[in-house]
Amino acid sequence: MLDYDFMRIAFCAAFLVAAVCGPVGWFLVLRGQTFASHALSHVGFAGATGALLLGFSPLSGMTLGALSAGVLMGFAGERTAGRDVMIGLVLSVALGLGALFLHFLTHAASAATALLFGDILGVSRSMLLWLLVLSVSCLAVLAFLSRPLLFASLQPELAEAKGVSIRLLDVIFLALVALATAECAQITGILLVFTLMVAPAATLLRMGLAPLVALAGTIFLAVAEAWGGLVLSWYTDAPTSFWIALIGGIVFLLTCGAQRLFGR
Amino acid sequence: MNIPALEVSHVTLARGGQVVLQDISFAVPKGSFVGVLGANGAGKTTVFRALLGLEPLQSGTVTVQGVPVHQGNPKVGYMPQMRKLVGGQLTGWSMVAAARKGQKWGLPWCGRPGRAAVDAALEAVDAQDLAKKPVASLSGGQRQRLLLAQTLLDDPSLLLLDEPLASLDPARMRETAARIHALAQARAMTVLMSAHDINPLLGLMDHVLYLARGKALLGTVDDVITTEALTALYNAPVDVVRAGGRVFVVAEGGGAALQPHDCTGGHTHA
Repeated sequence: MLDYDFMRIAFCAAFLVAAVCGPVGWFLVLRGQTFASHALSHVGFAGATGALLLGFSPLSGMTLGALSAGVLMGFAGERTAGRDVMIGLVLSVALGLGALFLHFLTHAASAATALLFGDILGVSRSMLLWLLVLSVSCLAVLAFLSRPLLFASLQPELAEAKGVSIRLLDVIFLALVALATAECAQITGILLVFTLMVAPAATLLRMGLAPLVALAGTIFLAVAEAWGGLVLSWYTDAPTSFWIALIGGIVFLLTCGAQRLFGR
Repeated sequence: MNIPALEVSHVTLARGGQVVLQDISFAVPKGSFVGVLGANGAGKTTVFRALLGLEPLQSGTVTVQGVPVHQGNPKVGYMPQMRKLVGGQLTGWSMVAAARKGQKWGLPWCGRPGRAAVDAALEAVDAQDLAKKPVASLSGGQRQRLLLAQTLLDDPSLLLLDEPLASLDPARMRETAARIHALAQARAMTVLMSAHDINPLLGLMDHVLYLARGKALLGTVDDVITTEALTALYNAPVDVVRAGGRVFVVAEGGGAALQPHDCTGGHTHA
């Protein structure tokens, strides 16, 4: 399996992406903002199709689209009335735009499938380098941010009183979510971003571990799930994103079941 | 001359363009236990936010131990009103630890002194037994104890507690108020504690800060909670009725209590 270059690249890409999605997802689930990440991936879709239309790489369009939407969302803030409705509106408009751009693309069908459901085996060496840069910078920022972010997520009023800038953290965090989403979409596709962003994070959060342990745990679990999906896909010929989604769901359910059994 | 723990002079506060408190002045002596009373919307939370440096002053000055207020002052401990729980899966210990130097950049790593500080804060409020439980499984009173432990982490000299008794049953109210009072005495802290009911605080308070109609009145319970003083403050006929060791503030005419001053704790007071 590892004799093939594309498989080695795929394993590297899966590692880089999952290592970011795990911890970013942990904060996302903690803060109850998973819907935002879903919407960002859809804006990223519009960006990616737009970039394809203009002759750029879909990853650059996806990153740019999701990033600008994330920053705007952060500035709009929690207090904007009907945040769910607004996010939903942005999501549908973005997806509509994506459909329009696809319409003008000549090789629409294969591009659409790759964007929607991911194409990890199609990751090129240059893309891998991009993923490396994105992952390292995301993790560095998150490490720098995680302490005040945890405080502000759990107790915004108290954190504000202690001198934490809630708005700034909101914006930076959503920018991180946007980058992680764009990366994740390379592997799982925009429709299955939840499988790496939310499933490992939700599993770890349920275990009630200390934050630092849980953050490390999400990296481990997300990478394990992504690699597991790759391996299973190799032996079964079913798509990688299907296996990652399935493993994520099963692990989460098993954790819930185990907790029931052991009475927590 | 002693510097007061807190001095507010000629302060005007507004929220959303509306003046909430107009030209209020009061000084709280060191070590005083102050009950902050007033109807909903009278400005209790706004005053606390101003004391934390979070609310811009339209006019006037606020000083804490002679120093003008500023955001992030470690000498001021704050316990916000209880809100929707975030991260209920985390243990009580993790929840309290998140507030320990939570404003610093970096990883949420405690280190040995940090862990000792969290343990000590939990011990101070008798909450060691809550440390290992997920916060979502705790009762309102138990969660209050964790929040109180958080305020103690920085070893503050002024404690601002926003409705710490809300959503507690009457017996717990008295117990919680007494616990806070004992802590304040032991650590020589000045406490401002807002409440919608005066009765659980009777006998513990040194002073009352009463907010109504944009004004503030500070004094002892016997000076402030009187028919004359509150009538002047509300600028409307108000009766203070004392019955069975409890106090009721009642508007004349309608007979409806201005605040739900009906505590069924069955306690007595000095």
